Amino acid sequence: MDKNTVDLDNYLSMDLLRFTTAGSVDDGKSTLIGRLLYDSKSIFEDQLEAIEEASHRKGKEYVDLSLLTDGLRAEREQGITIDVAYRYFATPKRKFIIADTPGHIQYTRNMVTGASTANLAIILIDARNGVIEQTCRHSIIASLLQIKHVVVCVNKMDLVNFSQQVFEDIKAEYLAFAKNLSVKDIHFLPISALMGDNVVDRSINTPWYSGKTLMETLETVNIDQDYNFTDGRFPVQYVIRPHSEQYHDFRGYAGRVEGGVFKPGDEVVVLPSGLKTKIAAIESMNGKMEEAFPPMSVTMTLENDIDISRGDMLVKADNQPKVGQEIELMICWLNEKKMVPGGKYVIKHTTKEARCIVKEVKYKVNISNLEEIHDNKEIGLNDIGRVLIKTTAPLFYDSYSVNRSTGSLILVDEFTNETVGAGMII
Amino acid sequence: MSNYHLTHLKQLEAEAIFVMREVAAQFERPALLFSGGKDSIVMVHLAQKAFWPAKIPFPLLHVDTGHNFVETLDFRDEMAQRVGANIIVRYVQDSINKGTAVEEKGPNPSRNMLQTVTLLEAIEEFKFDACFGGGRRDEEKARAKERFFSHRDEFGQWDPKNQRPELWNLFNGKKQVGEHFRVFPISNWTEMDVWQYIALENIPIPSIYFTHQREVVDRRGTLLAKSDFITLMGEEKYETKTIRFRTIGDMTCTGAVESAANSLDEIIREVASARQTERGTRADDKRSDAAMEDRKKQGYF
Repeated sequence: MDKNTVDLDNYLSMDLLRFTTAGSVDDGKSTLIGRLLYDSKSIFEDQLEAIEEASHRKGKEYVDLSLLTDGLRAEREQGITIDVAYRYFATPKRKFIIADTPGHIQYTRNMVTGASTANLAIILIDARNGVIEQTCRHSIIASLLQIKHVVVCVNKMDLVNFSQQVFEDIKAEYLAFAKNLSVKDIHFLPISALMGDNVVDRSINTPWYSGKTLMETLETVNIDQDYNFTDGRFPVQYVIRPHSEQYHDFRGYAGRVEGGVFKPGDEVVVLPSGLKTKIAAIESMNGKMEEAFPPMSVTMTLENDIDISRGDMLVKADNQPKVGQEIELMICWLNEKKMVPGGKYVIKHTTKEARCIVKEVKYKVNISNLEEIHDNKEIGLNDIGRVLIKTTAPLFYDSYSVNRSTGSLILVDEFTNETVGAGMII
Repeated sequence: MSNYHLTHLKQLEAEAIFVMREVAAQFERPALLFSGGKDSIVMVHLAQKAFWPAKIPFPLLHVDTGHNFVETLDFRDEMAQRVGANIIVRYVQDSINKGTAVEEKGPNPSRNMLQTVTLLEAIEEFKFDACFGGGRRDEEKARAKERFFSHRDEFGQWDPKNQRPELWNLFNGKKQVGEHFRVFPISNWTEMDVWQYIALENIPIPSIYFTHQREVVDRRGTLLAKSDFITLMGEEKYETKTIRFRTIGDMTCTGAVESAANSLDEIIREVASARQTERGTRADDKRSDAAMEDRKKQGYF
C-alpha cells in the first residue's frame, strides 16, 4: 500500500460527492463498500489486521471486506445495522462521503435520511435474482428524494459466468421499471464486489463491457448542476451585530445560500415584509466577496436599515418563492408513534420554525410500485404518503423537485421533541 | 458548464459554519469544548469565521486532566487571547479532591474516563445547553453513527439506538429542561481534511505536532513521552528519539510517532502515506473493541 504518490496541491481543486448505498444483508453492499475503501487504499494496516484476524476466526478463506463496515456492539449483538453510518474515502479527484444504510423495508426511515443529502445512489442488484421488489423500493426512494444520479451495479457477475446476456436482460428490465421515475442519469455496471471486477480495476472477465469502472463513474459523474443556481434564495439564519468600536453600526445577515447567485448591488426583496433593498456587501473574515452561491455560508449587509430576523428570506424581486400556509407534501414517517390526522406538530423549514396541523391524508404510497393506496390512510413508521398541512405562519417555499432546501421540511413531536416526519413539498 | 464550484474543503467549511450558526440561534448557553488539539483549533477558527466581525458568541471550555503537555496549555492560553474568546478551565483534580472522581491505579493511570465527570459537572455548573465537540465520524466506528446534533439525556448519556433522524440540513435542537446537546460541526471531515484545511487557512498549531527530540518510552509499541505521570516498569527505559505527535491528548495515553516532518506539507505527505489510523496511537482506544462506544454512552466527548 503505497500512497506516497499523492500530489500535495490536489486538494485545492478536489470536489465532493455524497452518495448513498442501500442493500440487504446478502446483496454484497458491505463487501462493495469494503472493496471501494480497500482498493482506494483508504484502509489502514491496523484496520486490515483487525478484519484479517476476524475473518480467520470466523473460518473464512478470504479477507471478509464486509467486516470493515461492522458497526456498533449493540448492532453486532443483534446482527443488524440499526442506523445510517457515514464513511469516507478520497481519490486525487474527489472526496467521497458514503451514507451507508440498511435496505430492509423496516429501514425506509434510514434510506430516506441517507438519501436526503446524496448526489448519487448506488443500487445493487444480485445478477442471479435480477430486479426484485427491494430494487424497486430503493429506486423509488432515490427518485422521491430527487437524487440526480443512479448507478445500478449488477453484482455477483462471477456467479453467472460474467454473462453479457444476463447483464443486458437486467438492464432492460430495470429501464422498463425506471421510466416512471424522475431519475434522469442512470448508469449500469457489471461487477463482482467480492472479486473486485470493475469496481476500481477494470475486469478481464467482461471484455464485452467498454464502460467505466465504478470508481471512474464516481469520480467523473457531473455534479456541477446539482444545486439550483437560478432562483435566488437566502434564508436568514442569524443576525450578526458586533457592538464593537470598529464595527459600531454593522448589521450582517448570516446564512447559507440555498439557491441562485447573489452579488453586491443586487436588488433583493425581504420576505415576509416585501420591502426592497440592495445588497451592500458580502462579508467574510478573509475580505469582501464578489458573489455568493450554493452551498456557501456567508454574511450579507444591506443598503437600507430594515428589521430582519431569523426565518426571514432574501430573494430576487423578479423570481420569488411561493408563499403560503396550506401546503401539500409527500411525507415519510420516521417514528413508532403513528401520524395523527388532525394532529399538531412543530415544523422546521429552512431557518424558520412554526407549527402545523395535518389537515388531510390524500393517499399512502406503496413504495414497491408507486401505486396510490386510498383505502388505508394510516401513516405509521416507514410509511410514505401525500398529506395537506396548514401552518401557523406563511412559509416561503419552492417545490422539492426545483430546490431540495426550500422544498423540504421536518415535523417534530411537540411533547417528545423527536423528529417524526420528513416532508417534500409537491 | 457552471463556474459555481466549491472545493471539498470549502464545502466542509460552509457546512461547519452553518452548524455553528444554527447552534448560536437555537440554544441559549452553548460552549465550545477546547483541548488545544488540532481539531478543536480548527473549530475555533471556524467559529471566528462564522460570526466575524463579531467575537465568538460563546465561551471555550477546557477540561484539564492535569496530564496535559505544557506546550498545549501555553498554546491554549495564547490562542484564547488572540481570538478574544472567554476561556473556562475546569480541573479533573478538583473532581478527585471532591470525591466525585477516583484516580485509576497502575503504571500509567489514565484520567481519560474521569474527564467525563468533570465535563458533566461543568455543564451543570454553567447550565450549558449545547457543547461543540471536534469529533469526526472517520475517527472510530462508534463516531461513524453520531449525529451533528447529538441529544444527551439529563445524565449526559448518549443512546445510540434512539437517535433523532437528521435529514437535509434541518437540525432539531429541541429538548427538555436539564437535557443538552453535543454538536459536531466537523463530523464529515477526515484527518486529511483537517490538515489540508490548516495548511489552506494557515492556522497556527502547537509546536509538538512538528518534529522534535524528546525522551520517550516504548510501551507495547506506543511511544509515551517522559513525564511525572508515568512509572517505568521492568526493563523499560527512556530513549531520546526524533518524534512528533499525530494527535494530542493526555501524556499518559498519547503515543508519539517517529517523524522528521517539519512543515505542514511534510505532515500532509506523512498523513497521506500513513499505514496506521490516527487513533492507533491512542492507548485509550486500545482498551477494548467498544471502548469509545462505552465512553460515549456515559457522556464522553
